[in-house]
Amino acid sequence: MSAEIGPPLALLAELTHRCPLRCPYCSNPLALERASAELDEAGWRRVLSEAAALGVLQVHFSGGEPLVRRDLAALVRHAAVAGLYSNLITSGVLLDRARLDELVEAGLEHVQLSFQDAEPASADRIAGLADAHRRKLAAAALVREAGLPLTVNAVMHRQNLERLPEMIALALALGAKRLEVAHVQYYGWALANRRALLPTVEQLERASALVEDARVRLKGVLVIDYVVPDYYARRPKACMGGWGRQFLNVSPAGTVLPCHAAESLPGFDFPSVRSASLADIWYRSDAFNRYRGTSWMPDPCRSCDRREIDWGGCRCQAFALTGDAGRTDPACALAPDRGLLDAARQDAAAPPGEFVYRQIGAVAEAR
Amino acid sequence: MSATHARILVDGASRLRFAPHVKFRHDETRARWVVLAPERLLLPDDLAVEILKLVDGARDIAGIVDDLARRFEAPRDVIEADVTAMLQDLVDKGMLAP
Repeated sequence: MSAEIGPPLALLAELTHRCPLRCPYCSNPLALERASAELDEAGWRRVLSEAAALGVLQVHFSGGEPLVRRDLAALVRHAAVAGLYSNLITSGVLLDRARLDELVEAGLEHVQLSFQDAEPASADRIAGLADAHRRKLAAAALVREAGLPLTVNAVMHRQNLERLPEMIALALALGAKRLEVAHVQYYGWALANRRALLPTVEQLERASALVEDARVRLKGVLVIDYVVPDYYARRPKACMGGWGRQFLNVSPAGTVLPCHAAESLPGFDFPSVRSASLADIWYRSDAFNRYRGTSWMPDPCRSCDRREIDWGGCRCQAFALTGDAGRTDPACALAPDRGLLDAARQDAAAPPGEFVYRQIGAVAEAR
Repeated sequence: MSATHARILVDGASRLRFAPHVKFRHDETRARWVVLAPERLLLPDDLAVEILKLVDGARDIAGIVDDLARRFEAPRDVIEADVTAMLQDLVDKGMLAP
């Protein structure tokens, strides 16, 4: 099988799990790494060099909040020298002009800034941080003044979905060229908060119609990426473009994963950059080969004519809902476990529970 | 909506270049040309690569079409339609700009 494995296109470098925000849908795992466990600057430099040599073209510096790392600009510079196109995924609350100038000078190409809502009080409540929204607006202005392209990342759920028009207007007002309207995906923290976050089908349909209309109206002005929540999809998403096909993720501690949520899967010994090269891990590790391609698939995936389009969907979702990462993703209408989603969707009709905010050292009670 | 928020429509007189922070370069690992953009990565096919190599901010689209029609010995109107559609799409996606 190794003959058909191409080099990865992109690296998600999760420099840290530390973050001043406490969003209840954070994509980090429930068990967050402490600062003492993080790879040091020399370790990350080696990861970036190996990634470039392996064929990675783009690096996404993410977290947690990557700006808590004082060596961020040095790592951006290292990436640029290695020929990697670098993107910063940030909450923006720690960005000031001096930090941004340093990053631009180091060769940063693009900033993706998250917004929790268009309404400041609600945004700050969802982020779990006072004054966060105002600081993000200031960060967006700095990014545009510096001449960097800006993407607004709007994570949507039942507590902010009705303000989608205001989110689109906000992206335009900030001078963003791209807007990601990303419905929450339910793993990790978001799964623990599903009752508080999952929209109803009516809310979702209104949002989808609105995005379609805005895409036509704003063609050539604002590119809108739209991620529908799996819970209301008929076919699963091609998670990460397929397991071990295009993408690798390095966690703050140096663990290498096929996607940022994969650490939740049991029965894996995910390799570390502390003990193996990225090339070895990408081409030869059990973890990357286990769900690669199509030969691992059960039916109905194995005989499905979409098997090389959606690649069996998401392994983490299959595990979160069925307890077996090798099952067909229940997001597919053909999945034997599809009924599990019908039950989950009833969460959307229940009163929203309180948020379980993300924090280091907390153990979330799932659902 | 302000003037800076208007869609740009291309025609034969348009002179386009890659937008700031969009990189068109040859990738040695894959032995092919790639376009790197904010959270986007394009792997253009051979014909698209020939078009993009002519996008230099100096040549107008009519000039690009003339060049390709001559080199590929193809009808100019067919080339013009294909090239204009491709470049308009890349302008709409923010990859190319006047």
